[in-house]
Amino acid sequence: MKILAKWLALAVLLCATPAKAALDIVITEGVDAARPIAVMPFVWQGPGAPPQAIADVVMSDLARSGTFKPLDELGLPQRNIGALAQFQPSSWSSVGAEAVVLGTVKPYGTDQYLVSFDLIDLVKAQNQALKGSVSATEFLMDSRQTVISAAQFRQYGHRISDIVYEKLTGIRGAFLTRISYVVVNHTQKAPYQLMVADYDGFNEQMLLRSPEPLMSPTWSPDGRRLAYVSFENKKAEIFVQDLYTQVRTKVSSFPGINGAPAFSPDGKSLAVTLSKDGQPEIYVIDIATKAIKRITNHYAIDTEPSWYPDGKSLIFTSERGGRPQIYRVELSSGKVSRETFEGEWNLGGSITPDGRSMIFVNRTNGKFNIARMDLNTRFMQVLTSTRLDESPSVAPNGTMVIYGTTHQGKQVLAAVSTDGRFKARLPVGQGEVKSPSWSPFL
Amino acid sequence: MDLNKLLKAMLVALPIMAISACSSTSESETDAMGSTNGSGSELNGGIQTGGVGAMLSSEEQQRQQLEELRKEHIIYFDFDRSEVQTEFAAVLEAHGTYLVEHPSVRVLIEGHADERGTPEYNIALGERRAKAVAKYLQGMGVQPSQMSVVSYGEEKPLDFSRTDEGFGKNRRAVLVY
Repeated sequence: MKILAKWLALAVLLCATPAKAALDIVITEGVDAARPIAVMPFVWQGPGAPPQAIADVVMSDLARSGTFKPLDELGLPQRNIGALAQFQPSSWSSVGAEAVVLGTVKPYGTDQYLVSFDLIDLVKAQNQALKGSVSATEFLMDSRQTVISAAQFRQYGHRISDIVYEKLTGIRGAFLTRISYVVVNHTQKAPYQLMVADYDGFNEQMLLRSPEPLMSPTWSPDGRRLAYVSFENKKAEIFVQDLYTQVRTKVSSFPGINGAPAFSPDGKSLAVTLSKDGQPEIYVIDIATKAIKRITNHYAIDTEPSWYPDGKSLIFTSERGGRPQIYRVELSSGKVSRETFEGEWNLGGSITPDGRSMIFVNRTNGKFNIARMDLNTRFMQVLTSTRLDESPSVAPNGTMVIYGTTHQGKQVLAAVSTDGRFKARLPVGQGEVKSPSWSPFL
Repeated sequence: MDLNKLLKAMLVALPIMAISACSSTSESETDAMGSTNGSGSELNGGIQTGGVGAMLSSEEQQRQQLEELRKEHIIYFDFDRSEVQTEFAAVLEAHGTYLVEHPSVRVLIEGHADERGTPEYNIALGERRAKAVAKYLQGMGVQPSQMSVVSYGEEKPLDFSRTDEGFGKNRRAVLVY
């Protein structure tokens, strides 16, 4: 009940921020297992009302990571402190948290603000206070100052979260990333929309709207372009669109299927599915020259190519064994090997950025869920318990998977940590949301 | 081979003969109308004429049945299957006959899947269903140039309920003229 109250308080804070998220995240599982941390409201050192609350961005980032549980600020022993100098270790002796984030914001010219923050190792500070010898520099883990504009508050909040997350976990934070996805609203004349938003659903932007389906958006490794499938000409075609210039290039428009695009790690090629030669097969297209190379050759369905991080192999879904399973093909030799054996179906796979596991859709007892398999031990773990799960996409730091699922009869996006302990849902107001794709580090 | 050519020639010739037969009938009707008009005074004399519908020949009855069947243009499939079920043979025969008789008519065959599985796998499955229908029609003599195929996978469901019944309605091929 106490936890619920805290989350309600957080929800109220989130609602109070001016840029309301298009996708409000509901954490459905895993809050109790998270590590407590204290994030104090940043002290406003200017006249009038403070601009956006930057600490709220940090708090919700850390909560959404599934790794941390920000404490209720009302229960903290000190108030209105914004720097290490005001921090009194002795009064924090009973606070059960591993770190404290505090900071200040002050005006710095027209539409400019100086944001400072300190990250304090609370366990070290508490130990020093017990011993009676307090040396502030020893428990200061990080301290930074930056000048930002009013429009950059959320972005800089994510930057602080990245720093805090990496300092405390050793893993690079993925808070300064984006997601792309497709929204379908059948009540509108052009129901299909390709969207891009911050990873948390804020700053949603429409990239393309069409009366015909849009599918399978995927990011280029530099985070600048999206490849996707559009039926705008009443057939499947693959386009690459520059996010900044809005320039669209048609990359593939062969007879039949043009689908499942995936950028190579060097960003120069797209692995795709084409059925121009009969059955759906995997090809690699050079984006600049449009030269194509056929990779697979089998009478069964081959589709959903995805690259190994080294760019030397692809994994893909194939029905060559009778039912959809994931296979690997070595590009230099063309050698194909089967990767998955457990469950009725395994499909739509991708390799995590560290190259150690594979994330995919598993069908067991007729249920479709997201699963992870360790590539060394071959141990498979089903991560989700939602319904009709599909389109998993891994965060660039490998900690989280965003995927499409069904909730209360609607297609929505959801997230699960790659260890399966943290689960969250991203509901929406209008229409169905599907085909999420997580950007690389931006 | 020769027999095949003969069959094709007959397929072209038969409709032409049918059309010429129709036109000669209409001419004779015009003649009859003319003669009726000539005896208009008789109508003024208080006489009324009645009529009955023409007897349908067996070919005409069959044609009407086929027309009725062609109104049905959706073929449903089993889960993860793309074979045309025997219950849809009559509907496809109606479409096939029509397309063979009208070689200039083109048809688009859309393939669809239910929402289970991944979107791109379902695109592949939808195409296989549409192609199964195209192959069936081709077997009846429909020219490949008359048919085109597009798969929408799970992107255009007919039923949004995501129940077993709804899934059944979404696993389909649609003939669009």
